[in-house]
This record gives sequence, C-alpha cells and structure tokens, in this order.
Amino acid sequence: MTLDRWIALIFIAFCCIYGYAAFFTMDQLLPPFMQRNPVWPSTFPKVLAVLGIIIGLIVLFGLEKPSGEDEPSAVDINYRRLHEYNLGQALMLLVLMVAYALALRPAGFLLATTVFLAGGSAILGERRWITMILIAAIASGAVWYLVQEVLGIFLRPLPIFLR
Amino acid sequence: MLEGIMIGLSAAFSVQNLLMVVAGCLIGTFIGMLPGLGPMSIIAIMIPIAITLGDPTAALILLAGVYYGAIFGGSTSSILLNAPGVAGTVATSFDGYPMARRGEAGKALTIAAVASFAGGTIGAILLAIFAPALSSVALLFHSAEYFALMVVGLSAIAAFAGTGQVAKALMMTIFGLILATVGEGALFNMPRFTMGMMDLQSGINFITLAMAMFALPEAIFLVLNPARSSRGSETGGSGKITGLRFSKAEGKAIIPVIGRQSVQGFFIGVLPGAGATIASFLGYAVERNIAKGEDQAQFGKGSVKGLAAPESANNAACTGSFVPLLTLGIPGSGTTAILLGALIALNVTPGPRLMIDEPDIFWAVITSMFIGNVVLLILNLPLIPYIAKILSIPRNYLIPFILFFTLMGAYIGQNNATELLMLVGLGVLATVLRFADYPLAPLLIGFILGTMLENNFARSMQLYSGLDFIWERPMTLALLVVALLLVLLPSFRARRARRRAQGVADGD
Repeated sequence: MTLDRWIALIFIAFCCIYGYAAFFTMDQLLPPFMQRNPVWPSTFPKVLAVLGIIIGLIVLFGLEKPSGEDEPSAVDINYRRLHEYNLGQALMLLVLMVAYALALRPAGFLLATTVFLAGGSAILGERRWITMILIAAIASGAVWYLVQEVLGIFLRPLPIFLR
Repeated sequence: MLEGIMIGLSAAFSVQNLLMVVAGCLIGTFIGMLPGLGPMSIIAIMIPIAITLGDPTAALILLAGVYYGAIFGGSTSSILLNAPGVAGTVATSFDGYPMARRGEAGKALTIAAVASFAGGTIGAILLAIFAPALSSVALLFHSAEYFALMVVGLSAIAAFAGTGQVAKALMMTIFGLILATVGEGALFNMPRFTMGMMDLQSGINFITLAMAMFALPEAIFLVLNPARSSRGSETGGSGKITGLRFSKAEGKAIIPVIGRQSVQGFFIGVLPGAGATIASFLGYAVERNIAKGEDQAQFGKGSVKGLAAPESANNAACTGSFVPLLTLGIPGSGTTAILLGALIALNVTPGPRLMIDEPDIFWAVITSMFIGNVVLLILNLPLIPYIAKILSIPRNYLIPFILFFTLMGAYIGQNNATELLMLVGLGVLATVLRFADYPLAPLLIGFILGTMLENNFARSMQLYSGLDFIWERPMTLALLVVALLLVLLPSFRARRARRRAQGVADGD
C-alpha cells in the first residue's frame, strides 16, 4: 500500500473518532433552550465526519484513477528516495526546534536564539565556530531590538536567574 | 471608479503607505528569490509584522507588495539559476534560463520586469473595473448564497487540483474544515473538540497553521534534498549582469503577447483554485501555439515571447486573485487565504460591504498595486545585480534563519511557547502529507473558510428552520449544483477519455 493510502486510512480513523465525539458526546451537554434550534454545535461536525469518511474511502480504494505516473525529477521530493536524503539533519533540526520552544521562556530570548541559530548551522555542517556564533548573536540581538522596540511586543530577553 | 481611485491615491500616497509598498516589494523580492520559499511562506512570515502595524490599509499594502515582490524575485532566480523560487515562475525558466546562458541575463531580467509590470498594471485596471461591479451583485447575496458560494469555492479549488488529485484535495479541504471546528466559536459559545486543553480553547491559530503548512515543510525539504537549492549555473550570484536593454524589434514582438496574456492571466486568476501557476503555464502554451514557424521553434531556446508570456500572465493572475477576496471575501488561492486571515485579524471583513464601509482600504490596495508595479520596475530592476547576491548566502546559515523566522512568526503573535510545539507537530504532519502528494493549499483554505461556512450555514438554517433554504432560494440551489458539477466533472471526463483511449487500442 502506498503512503497516500495509508494516510487516507489514518484519516478515516480520525474521522471516525471525530464523528464519535460529534454524534455521541456533544449533545447531552446542550442546554434545553439550544435544543430547539435547528442547528446544534454538533451539526456541522457530524456532516464533516460523514463526508470525510466517504472521501477517505474514495482515496483509500483509489476510485479516482491517477493520470499516469510521472518519473519524479531530482528536485522533486519523493518519499521513496528518503534514504538518499539528509534525514538525520532534518530530524536533528526538528529536535532543536522543540528544544527552542521549551527553552525560550526559562533561558530568555537572546540566549535561546543564539544557541538555536548557531546550533542549526552546526547541524548543517558549518564548522567556523566563531563566525557562526558571532552571526547568531548579532542576529538575535537585532531581532530582539526590532520586535521589542519597533513592534512593541514584549520578549523576555534574559535567562530566569538574571531577572 | 475615478472617485474611488482618487480616494485610493490620497490614502496610498501617505508617507507610511508608500514606505510599506517599497518595503514590501523589496522584502518580497529578497525572499522570493530564495529557492523553495514561495509567496505563501513569505506572507505567512510577514503577517505578525503586518498585524502589529495596526492599520489595515498599511498592512494590506505591505502584504500585497510582498506578494508581487515574491513573484518578481521568483522569476529572477528562474532566469539566473534555473531554480524557480515560486511555482508560478517555473514557466519563466523555460526561456529565461536559455537567455541567461547565452549571456543575455540582463536583457531577460528587463523583459521579465517589463512584462510583469504590464501584467500587474493591466490586471490592476481590470480589478478596478470588475471588482465594484461584482460586489454590487454580491450585495444581493444572503447567508444562504454565501454558504453556497463558499461550497463552490472549496469544490473549485479541489476540481482544479489536477487529474487524479481531486479526491485528495477534497480530503484536505475537509481536514481543514475539521480543524476549524476546534475551539470556542462565536456561534455557540461553547468549546468543541478541545480535549480539555486550555491552549486549544481559542482554536488553532491560523498563522501557526499557515507556517506549519508551507514555510516549515519547504525548509525541511531544503535540508533533506540539497538539490532543491542547487546552483548549477555559472552566472548565478556572480553579479555580472550587464546589458539591461532590449531592441526595438523585440519590444514590438512582445507587446501583443503581453497584452493577450495580461487579460487571459487576469481572468484565470479570478477563478478559485487556478492562480498564477496555471496562468503562466497556460499563457506559455497558448503563445507557443499561436506563434508561427521560426518563432515557434525559438520557444524553449530563449525566445523573448516565451519569456514575456508567463511573466505577464502570472502577475496579472496574482492581481486577478484579489477579485474574489475583495468582493466576496472568499479566497481563491492559498496566498489570498493567508491575506484573508490577516485581514480578519485586523478586524476588516472583506466582502461586498468592504467597498461601501471602508472604501479607503479597498481603493488604497488597488492603487498600491499600481505603485507597487512601478516600484518593482524602477527600483528593483537596477538593484537586481545586488539583490541577487542573496543567492550566494551559504545554506548552512540560510536554513536556520528560515526556521527561526517561522518560529518567530508563530510566537510573537501569541506569546505562547505551546504554539511553537504545535507548529513543529503540524509541520511534521504537513511534510508527511507533502511526501504523499497531498495538496496543502485546500487544507488552509478550508480552515480559513470553515468558521464562515458554518456561521452562514447555521444562519440560513435558523432563518428557514431547516434545510429549506436550499430549495427556496434558486440562486443557492444553482450554486450548489455548480459545486457538485465541479467535483464530478473531472472524474467523468477522465473516465470518458480512458474509454476513448481503450477504444483506440481495440482498433475501433
């Protein structure tokens, strides 16, 4: 089974859960005065769940014929060639993004951003450490200044223990 | 219309707004040149900045400028590197890149700029003519028609997704609609599908979703496959772009091409789901078919006509895509969907009332399109050799910055770190969907239209206490039938074509 059909299957399962929530868990909570409305909060989700399952099944069983397979070019992205790609780098960058999200508040904007930018370059294979850290530090300082002073949005600059 | 243009001129010619046009065009050109970052990602990144401006006119002018700039920048990298930054400029590289290889990069850039300018300007004129007419019709619409119109829009986007893709696009549309039901809607005043999480109470943030759907997957792809940002050319980034002039004969040859393709591109842009990419490919194909003999043989080898056609078509289509957005409040493309989200965040409701309630916004945007085109022509063209230097930024530095701006875009609007985790999660999901060849623009359009669709649906249900509005309002019924036909027609035609092909194979 190809990846797009797996996704269709997962989507159908998702629609079933969504539909279950819409059909069986939402209406009891409805106050009596709203029950006289022709539209309930669950109406639209119910319709969507049913439509989603139908279309998911169409994709799953391939009822719509593809137009003919084109050979994917080198520039196009294709999961069958995933092993040729820099998968490790991409995963490490994603982990770095999560770490950034978690560290942004406790570590403060300046430190977290500098580490993120320098770390990102390092993951991609940059080895000129001083240039890298310098660029990252200047950039995070500049962005902090722009966001804080020009746009007027508060970003906590310093780590928790320096406040 | 003249009165409107005067209003627009007075609004657009304030110092702040002129600055916005120039800034938008420059930023758009800069980022649009980077391979892999399309106008949608750029606009998504710019939205928090536009929203903090506070003034909807300035914000929309900035974003429209970014949009134009991105398309212009995309054609620059198509011509210089054969690496289109934007899908809408792929056709530009067919003839632009051969010209650059011949050492006529400067001439190619000028022709592209002139064609873009003409396409954008003619498009803006047509917009100024058609938008008021369409919005006076749209004033007759009630919520039932709006509901039906949105259904038409959503199914048209799926129908134009290409052969074999309609069901997938519909699936993504429904996924977008489902995501839109999360959170506490104004309609019912009760939280839905939040799973008890406080962060989902206000629903999924649309900037986060837009970033996750477009900017993040593109950045991940750039990491995964360095060939996407390959610079296989010797002219690239060297800054040696000379000879910006083209000859009189060439000028004469491209004038009719530009005229035809500007008009055709505009009307393709108006259709929901079609947009700049289809307009540019179709424009190229039409001009190649019209051209005769020697001219036709030149296509693909560096023909000035082949360069001018997609360039004027894609710019005119960009302008055309503003028609449904400004008159009906219904976006026809991913980019205008993002613009719609930005407008809603700024407390502006695009639609037929926009022209009446806030004519200054409406006309300022149209006027700024003229100004934006002039800026692109006279400011960007001479600067191109310098701006093209951005193409030589090493990707080791570029990609972390793209990721960082994506994160910032999601963060500064909300000041909530959970938003960043959602961004990464949704971004991974979007990447997987892209791998499986699912189109993502329908998802975002579904998400943005979801709330409006449900509100209009509920309002018509309440007015008619039931589904009677479908039968009792002929316009609603007609629109819904059109929607159904749009979805069913492609599969019907494909089936007929297959049957005919089989017939040929059998020999009858």
